[in-house]
Amino acid sequence: MENFQYILPEIFISVSIMLFLLVGVFKKNSASLIYNLSNISLVILLALIINLSSLDTVYLFNESYLIDNLSNYMKIILVGSGIFVMLTGSKYIQVINLNKIEYSILILSSILGMMIMISSNDLIVFYMGLELQSLALYVLASFNRDNLLSTESGLKYFVLSALSSGLLLYGCSLTYGFSESTNFNQILINSTEFNYGTTFGIVFILVGLAFKISAVPFHMWAPDVYQGSPTSVTLFFAILPKIAALSVFIKFLYTPFANMNDQWQTIIVFISIASMIFGAVAAIGQKNLKRLIAYSSISHMGYALAGLATVSNQGIQSSITYISIYLVMNLAFFSCLFMLKRNDKYYENIEDLSGLSKKHPILSFSLLIVLFSLAGIPPLAGFFAKFYVFLAVLEQSMYFLAIVGLLATVVAAFYYLRIIKIIYFDPEKEEYETSHDLGLKITLAISTIFILAYFIYPSSITEIVSKITMI
Amino acid sequence: MDFPILSSLILLPTIGALFILFTKSSSGKYQSSKYVALFISLANFLLSLYLWYVFDKNSVDFQFVENREWLSGFINYKVGIDGISILFLILTTFITPICIISVNATITNRLKDFLIAILIMETFMIGVFCSLDLVVFYLFFEAGLIPMFLIIGIWGGERRVYSAFKFFLYTLLGSVLMLVAIISIYWITGTTDVEKLYELGIKAEYQNLLWLAFFSSFAVKTPMWPVHTWLPDAHVEAPTVGSVLLAAILLKMAGYGFIRFSLGLFPIASENFTILVYILSLIAIIYTSLVALMQEDMKKLIAYSSVAHMGFVTLGIFTMTQQGIEGSIFQMISHGLVSAALFLSVGVVYERHHTRLINKYGGLVSIMPRYAIVFMVFTLGALGLPGTTGFIGEFLILMGAFEKNILVAMIASLGVILGAAYMLWLFKRVVFGEMNNQELKSMKDLKTFEIITLSALVIPILFFGFYPEPLMNSIEASVENSLNMYNFDLVNNLALKD
Repeated sequence: MENFQYILPEIFISVSIMLFLLVGVFKKNSASLIYNLSNISLVILLALIINLSSLDTVYLFNESYLIDNLSNYMKIILVGSGIFVMLTGSKYIQVINLNKIEYSILILSSILGMMIMISSNDLIVFYMGLELQSLALYVLASFNRDNLLSTESGLKYFVLSALSSGLLLYGCSLTYGFSESTNFNQILINSTEFNYGTTFGIVFILVGLAFKISAVPFHMWAPDVYQGSPTSVTLFFAILPKIAALSVFIKFLYTPFANMNDQWQTIIVFISIASMIFGAVAAIGQKNLKRLIAYSSISHMGYALAGLATVSNQGIQSSITYISIYLVMNLAFFSCLFMLKRNDKYYENIEDLSGLSKKHPILSFSLLIVLFSLAGIPPLAGFFAKFYVFLAVLEQSMYFLAIVGLLATVVAAFYYLRIIKIIYFDPEKEEYETSHDLGLKITLAISTIFILAYFIYPSSITEIVSKITMI
Repeated sequence: MDFPILSSLILLPTIGALFILFTKSSSGKYQSSKYVALFISLANFLLSLYLWYVFDKNSVDFQFVENREWLSGFINYKVGIDGISILFLILTTFITPICIISVNATITNRLKDFLIAILIMETFMIGVFCSLDLVVFYLFFEAGLIPMFLIIGIWGGERRVYSAFKFFLYTLLGSVLMLVAIISIYWITGTTDVEKLYELGIKAEYQNLLWLAFFSSFAVKTPMWPVHTWLPDAHVEAPTVGSVLLAAILLKMAGYGFIRFSLGLFPIASENFTILVYILSLIAIIYTSLVALMQEDMKKLIAYSSVAHMGFVTLGIFTMTQQGIEGSIFQMISHGLVSAALFLSVGVVYERHHTRLINKYGGLVSIMPRYAIVFMVFTLGALGLPGTTGFIGEFLILMGAFEKNILVAMIASLGVILGAAYMLWLFKRVVFGEMNNQELKSMKDLKTFEIITLSALVIPILFFGFYPEPLMNSIEASVENSLNMYNFDLVNNLALKD
């Protein structure tokens, strides 16, 4: 039992979930209470994880659970962004009448699932975590059950996700069959020789993971789900599952399949290039901001995967840096979306932003910063994210990947510029209500200042992630 | 470490911009913020003049160097200036206050935002000319796109959105390849510090590709034919002050980049591609001069003349002779002053008559005599009459060209004649001739602030036209040093081949 302390965060959050569920069942109208309690429990969870983060590598439960620098960092940004997601969405779910007890409990359980995914060191534990987060996400996507788009997105996500989980499981079973173990370390030891079975296993597992991270060609669900889900859930979708999936990507590629990088490297390069190009091109014609950000997140995942394709610690670290900056940019963007409210109705079309800068100079300025940062224009944070990735990519002399990626940023710049054009150059429309939501304002202020001031000390994240070494 | 004077120069406008951001005005006119902006930019100008005064003109080293750890220790924030950069620095700090004074006339809405954009722009422009690290250079070089995009897009003319997008995307497309090259240089040599790179040198086998990547960025920014098409659009649609900044300073970043990076880092490739640059420059000089002849819009005419003048600049740089490069730098400074002045002059009549079409004007000399005089000085400056700065630049460039290639020099000389043709014709049609348009009669001559800005430009154009020594002194040692390094590298490389 001396290992008990290491999984204290997971135990704490599981107990909280059950406790909140009981409170919700026995106490009427307790939705807001549970929402706030969940947020507090996330803060405590974050404290617990940070408390553990000084540790080095610890294996638990017969080496099926692993706590190391990677898992600690990923959990910290996961729970940290979870807190901000809850903070920004609190007003929104009240306004559109979604404030039910299940909402916060589902979010907590999917965070628990993601934490298990991030720490897993065994195919079965990994799958358990994956399904826990996915099940919670299906319900969350269709949470606005009276809304046609929301139900459709939930169903679509469920069907496609189930298919990808099936492929993933098949991949897991092939891997188990040919390497005689479900433990990641054991698989690494047993798979020194080339065989087709494991190769097929890798391909199927990568397909399943690419689906979770919404990389091309397994991205079809993303735009519909992003658009249909309630905006607070979209924000959740845009950040947390990506963090978990990226960390699982790193784990799979560099622990069990580390010896077979010549097998998977081409696949990752292809997925990365396809995502960068497709995400940039397909976003051009979009009219809905949530749909647009779905395509933009596809292309951003392409850049994050480009770092993984390098088979170097530099590359892994650059991917983690990328996703950290990406999540801040998304938080800022969605905080702006939550501010487009008029008469209890939220607006989410690009046209609704028309002439925003005249009546809402501060909000427009934040959007301007976020959009230029998403486009990767220096000196904003988004540029440094891309810079680190391309630094790692070019270290391995992968010129094609770098040039295609950078050209895709030019295409992507076009649609970000289009939004800026609508905000700044177009005639103004009706004024929006001024938001008095403190959580929202704080999130927006922190994230915008982070993006704007990142260049002053651009190695802040890099120094932290430089501890994460996989090879 | 001494007082970080270059960083203060870079940061001061941004601090001013922050200050303006928090000012409030009940009348909505923001006169006070204009004074803040003017004060800040004049302070910056005086600071840069002081810098020029204490600058050691005989030294070939970089001076006032600041070196700070910045990107996890492997890329440093490094700034410093030599004789080449200091002139561009002063040009920038000189043009900015003139822009701010002229803001009055052209900008009616959102004055506060405009002043912030200009000051932020100044920060980035100074940064470009000071940076001694490729990544820092790239950062400033690209960052300038943001305020310029907004300046064209918010305060521009009718087709402003199209022009702003074209400007942004063209320049970004050119620059991303430069980023690939910069990172590659880091992995090839282990540093992006320009001074160290000068010492280390880059292996000949890599130079051609890297040169092309840098060229793609600088060619768009210069702009060289055939990627110059964004410039006329951007100039025509930008507000007067935006055109001034664009023509006077932004275009110079590329010329500066050619001297500092293309020649300095890739001498062998520069030698290989000389013919390419010659051809493109000659096309720019002849073709765009002919295009300029046919323009009916004054701003477009000046925009095309900028392309032609920058053609001389690239030609001069790639002659790799002392006269050619010095002439190019001089021509850039001269063009910075003259084109700024011409755009301001167009702004003067545009503000009164609200059209830029040449055939709507005529006979202005009888009602606006003062305007006619200053406009004449600028016209003569643009066509390179002896006694103006334009002459010295073009003369030195042609001298350099004759030394290297007589045919090229002869064709380029034709450009001087064409330049005279379109500028004089423009002057004739606008200032002389019959006044057919009765509405013109109500036009008033120059106002006080216009006299201030325009005469501030007339003085250096004439002064340095007659007495170029102070400018030449500053650049001479540095240019000589870069040429020596350049030739040394070439000889070394030939020796290696044998």
